[in-house]
Amino acid sequence: MNNQDDIILRTENLTKRYGGVHALEEANFTLKRGEHVAIVGDNGAGKSTFVRQITGVEQPSSGDIFFEGQRVEFNSPLEAREAGIESVFQDLALCNDLDVPSNLFLGREELLFKFGPFSILDEKKMMQKAKEVLERTAIKIPDLSNHVGDMSGGQRQCVAISRSASFASKLIIMDEPTAALGVQETTQVENIIRGLKEQGVPLILISHNLRQVFNLVDKIWVFRRGRIVGEVIAAETDGNEIVSMITGMQDGVHEKASYI
Amino acid sequence: MTSSSSTGGYKTVKSWKNWLPKDISILMVLLGTVFIFEVLGWFIAEQSFIFNTQRLTIIILQMSIIGIIAIGVTQIIIMAGIDLSSGSALAFTGLVAASFAQTSEYTRAVYPALTDMPVLLPIIAGILVGFVLGGINGSLIGYAGIPPFIATLGMLVAARGLARWYTSGSQVSFFIDDYAVLGSGIIPVIIFLTTAMAFHFLLRYTRYGRYTYAIGSNEQAARVAGINIRAHKLLVYTIAGGLYGLAAVVETSRTLTAQSGAGMLYELDAIAAVVIGGTSLMGGKGRITGTIIGVCILGVITSGFTFLGIGSFYTNIVKGIIIVAAVVADQYSNNKNANR
Repeated sequence: MNNQDDIILRTENLTKRYGGVHALEEANFTLKRGEHVAIVGDNGAGKSTFVRQITGVEQPSSGDIFFEGQRVEFNSPLEAREAGIESVFQDLALCNDLDVPSNLFLGREELLFKFGPFSILDEKKMMQKAKEVLERTAIKIPDLSNHVGDMSGGQRQCVAISRSASFASKLIIMDEPTAALGVQETTQVENIIRGLKEQGVPLILISHNLRQVFNLVDKIWVFRRGRIVGEVIAAETDGNEIVSMITGMQDGVHEKASYI
Repeated sequence: MTSSSSTGGYKTVKSWKNWLPKDISILMVLLGTVFIFEVLGWFIAEQSFIFNTQRLTIIILQMSIIGIIAIGVTQIIIMAGIDLSSGSALAFTGLVAASFAQTSEYTRAVYPALTDMPVLLPIIAGILVGFVLGGINGSLIGYAGIPPFIATLGMLVAARGLARWYTSGSQVSFFIDDYAVLGSGIIPVIIFLTTAMAFHFLLRYTRYGRYTYAIGSNEQAARVAGINIRAHKLLVYTIAGGLYGLAAVVETSRTLTAQSGAGMLYELDAIAAVVIGGTSLMGGKGRITGTIIGVCILGVITSGFTFLGIGSFYTNIVKGIIIVAAVVADQYSNNKNANR
């Protein structure tokens, strides 16, 4: 008995072929308001392909995407972004030679005086807002006027995530946000994700780290060979079942898998 | 190497490193160069190198023209581009500007009907033609996706051809007095420094500058952030072209002639000044203040060699070495950052 208004993102028979390769086949996916879900699956299972379709990086071969009840077609990442879908990609989309506020506000600067490309920037306001945003994430960056390129991987990832989180987006997608991070930095990123949950911002998390997935999300979608093979409530399953679904083997050989 | 999680020292060390020494160290190079020529001057020529008004004036005037060009090139290199066409563009825009600046006393003017015009006309004509040349560069690079090196190499050849075609190779001279004033006295220096201040402001405090640095730093990130990369490249190259036009006005006024052979190798002097001034050829880093010092270093070396009576081929050899050294220094500091 799902109320249609509750669903923020839905795909219907979403399919992507690269030549003869069926990278994604008839994916039917739903995401409710405020829900945090994970997409898991082996390499080549179609996770990233799926994300590329809904973020406008690529256009699906067939099938439909509904965002907030409307059928949408994103021709570029920018269009998806304008609709309110923010993504944090594996390779950080930050400008290393700019400081934190400049990165946070890139493309949507606060202005003192508006005059097309020659508009004068309101650096004070951007610095102030950047401080507020980063305070919420509890990440420690000693000097925001440092170039992002001089910062640690965790700090940079937090800037990238804050960037997405701070612009009142309607949906955030994170592709392996902690893959390259240390323990402490991973914890900080996970705290940001929990903060988003409290704020009711829906999230799609792609992760290979099943422990992290169980810690963070409500529901897990399992992809295998380009198909969605299951959606399970995180609280009602265990790592063993998920690994079975990922690999497609039903016997109980996974108990000691270091995957979990 | 440095533990980034430590809080206190991190801030002071980093901000100090980011700000002070970059321009200071270039300034030290400038002072060192002046000092060397000063010492050599007393030993070899038995007179002061720098405390000589006439020589100083010549240095400053020469520098102003390269300087105006170098400002345009600085913003292009910050955007991770390059422009090889500035010297040729100067020749062509100079001829166009000069052709509108002739006096009616001269009977064989390019446009006999357009003599004794207000001085604003040639200035605007020069800058406008510069905009067009830069706009062609920018369209080829931004919209046709041609690498900057190739696109501007084409313009280097084509603009020189245009310059020859425009007056069939003959010089243009006999200017109205108002035009001749533009290149005399300290007016070129005033034009250079005013332009430098304006572009320092543009690059530092406006969206124009922010996007220029962003594109040079990470074009992909800039695109995802919603910046119109193509339009911005077009704009930056167009504005640079306008600056070449302005430089051409000053140059033709200073030499009192415009000719198709003018500005030969200026593009390399300008690029050298920018690179010596600390702007990274990798893009994303650089400042107008550094370029001003870079231009000064180049000017001091050029006139220093003349002063010591050393042939100009040695000057070129030394310039070449300095450019390579500056790029090596830049790459060294980039590598150090990457390995941190």
